[in-house]
Amino acid sequence: MSNDTIQFNIQAAAIPHRESSAVDFEPHVTAEDFSIFYGSNEAVKSLRLEIPARQVTAIIGPSGCGKSTFLRAINRMNDLIPNCYVKGKLIFDGYDIFGPQIDVTALRRRVGMVFQKPNPFPKSVFENVAYGPRIHGIRRRGRLMEIVERSLRKAALWDEVKDRLSQNALGLSGGQQQRLCLARAIAVDPEILLMDEPTSALDPQATSRIEDLIGELRGNYTVIIVTHNMQQAARVSDFTAFLYEGMLIEFGATRKLFTTPKQKRTEDYITGRFG
Amino acid sequence: MNLGTRKVVDRAFSGLGVTSIVLLAAALVVILAPMVLRGTGAFVFRGTVEFRRLEFEKFGRGNPDRLKAEQAAAIRARKTVYDMLKVFPREIEQREDAFRAEKRELRKKRRAARDADVAEQPERKAALDRREKEFDGRRERLDRQKADFEEVHKLVGELLGPPPGEELHAVWDKQYGQTRWDGVEKKVVLLTKIDQWVQPDDPQQPNYLVRTPRAKLYEGTALAGLFDYVEDHAEEMFLPKWTFYWRFLTDTSDSAHYFGGIWPEILGTIYLTLGSMVFAVPMGVIAAVYLVEYAKEGPTIRVLRTFTNTLAGVPSIVFGLFGAVFFIRTLHLSEGKSVLVGSLTLALLVLPMIIRAAEEAIRAVPRTYKEAALSVGAGKWRTVVTVILPAALPGILTGIVISMGRAAGETAPIIFTAAVSVGQPLNLGQVFNHPTPALPWNIYNLCTEHRAVDEIRHVQYGMVLTLVAIVLLLNLAAIVMRARISRKMRS
Repeated sequence: MSNDTIQFNIQAAAIPHRESSAVDFEPHVTAEDFSIFYGSNEAVKSLRLEIPARQVTAIIGPSGCGKSTFLRAINRMNDLIPNCYVKGKLIFDGYDIFGPQIDVTALRRRVGMVFQKPNPFPKSVFENVAYGPRIHGIRRRGRLMEIVERSLRKAALWDEVKDRLSQNALGLSGGQQQRLCLARAIAVDPEILLMDEPTSALDPQATSRIEDLIGELRGNYTVIIVTHNMQQAARVSDFTAFLYEGMLIEFGATRKLFTTPKQKRTEDYITGRFG
Repeated sequence: MNLGTRKVVDRAFSGLGVTSIVLLAAALVVILAPMVLRGTGAFVFRGTVEFRRLEFEKFGRGNPDRLKAEQAAAIRARKTVYDMLKVFPREIEQREDAFRAEKRELRKKRRAARDADVAEQPERKAALDRREKEFDGRRERLDRQKADFEEVHKLVGELLGPPPGEELHAVWDKQYGQTRWDGVEKKVVLLTKIDQWVQPDDPQQPNYLVRTPRAKLYEGTALAGLFDYVEDHAEEMFLPKWTFYWRFLTDTSDSAHYFGGIWPEILGTIYLTLGSMVFAVPMGVIAAVYLVEYAKEGPTIRVLRTFTNTLAGVPSIVFGLFGAVFFIRTLHLSEGKSVLVGSLTLALLVLPMIIRAAEEAIRAVPRTYKEAALSVGAGKWRTVVTVILPAALPGILTGIVISMGRAAGETAPIIFTAAVSVGQPLNLGQVFNHPTPALPWNIYNLCTEHRAVDEIRHVQYGMVLTLVAIVLLLNLAAIVMRARISRKMRS
């Protein structure tokens, strides 16, 4: 991919800023020629991207296009993978996420994550949500209870579990578990929420609840969601980035990208010609 | 392969599987059943009045009034025996006096015969010879009786205990008669029968054992009635009663396990097992966490892992020798054998098992747990402590419990480092510098080096049963734990 195209994409990204009247375009995470390697394999290639604050940004693309890899880089979950290293800059709050002065645990507190499969701890509902706040030094039971209730309410789970806070979270249904994981992520009050195909393991009903929730989170959190499901991207996101083979093909306001894609490949992908 | 053959092969395979399982179960029963049966003999047996007396006098248990009544009845029944024993030495003396007189007379006659007429001599001499021969026969019989009487005296003492009123010996087994009915029966046979090895005329043939009633030796004497009396009145003299002696587990022993229970051994085993866990569990778990979560794969780790696996294959006697040389000789952790050193040695023995179990358990924790913890800002150490270890705990516990069974049953490592054959139960302060008896070692010791191996069979089997029960219970606990955890994981 040539440099021109990337420039063009960045310009495209600027368009919704001017057009959207609701929120000011203010980049929260900025990728500057950001690449991720697995050994010698370049999974994400010189990405240039500005992710707007307090908006929902969807990252779409066929399997293996590097969208999950990129998402996991934002809270450095790819540290767990041996032989994984990066090039370029990924800037959050003025600092390079992979810079030497970054405290990874502090970063992850501010950049929460919800995973593909619901992964509650095998502990009680309460303990699951209180886990994060506890780690960050909140000990008082009353304060914890407050946080747990608020987080569960935000995750629209409070009414369903308020009577069984002490029961094992593994006893909840899949959809409930995923909302619990969302509550757990919210409980530490992050600024960014990363969602890695959060509904791929859920049935349509649970999926739609999660999607509703994502809509409610807009305005308070910067949500970045990776999804295979283009309808979902169209439904929940304000902005969409289309990645293909590690490269950013197009980025723009969701409505625009889905109705009048600028790139041929985007059009092919969203109309289901490949992917 | 067509469907028919496949079916046959299938069936043959399941048949083989079932057969092997059945064989295994049968083998287990064949091994365990006699052990259980005989081991039960230490707990359930017919206790005699001596047993109840011992329990009362040494452990302060039982009903004194009833005991007194029983004892009185028993003594009444035994009086005949004691009387006979008392009378017999006097009888011997009298007979010896009589023999001496007869001998004098015979000598006189011999002299008279020598002085007498030559013509009469041969007949008189022959008559005298006959008489002398007969005399010698009687005399020799008395000597045999005299010698055997000592044996009888000893056997009666072992059977009934010292007669009332006699000064008591310092050790318990000289103070009491047989406490168990099976012991009584054995002693009665020893008392009433004489076993003799006879060499056949043909030296090619093996020697054979002849058992004759002892009463025959004493025919015509005051002691002749004793043997039948003992045989017929044994029950009256001992008043056997079925006893459930569960305190076998909690009583201390005396007279090298002649009496009492096996509490010192059990306690020693508990100390050694828990002690080894105190060292092995933290070391093992930390090592496993390091190997799985921290170590970077490389030659160093490979070598380390090979070492742990090799350690698991080292013969246990080598661990024992190492423990003795390293902990006692080199480090001087204690002056000699001690629970501490034994525990350390056993810890080394089970360390590889624990490391492996913990490693596997930690590896089996879903990666998603770790990711979840990290994603809310937990550090690595925090993730290990709050998420990974709790999730791995069931597996780690299973490993710990199984290695506890191993540590409890090991003999070789404690021979040089911790075990003594006789000892009192230790308190916690003594474990650092005192050796202890322990089940595995004492089973060996009681079966081989005890001065009366045959008379304490019930203790040997009781110990074996207890040890097997401990190990089986630990393994059962591990199985139950594993089942419960896997059920939990599935839900």
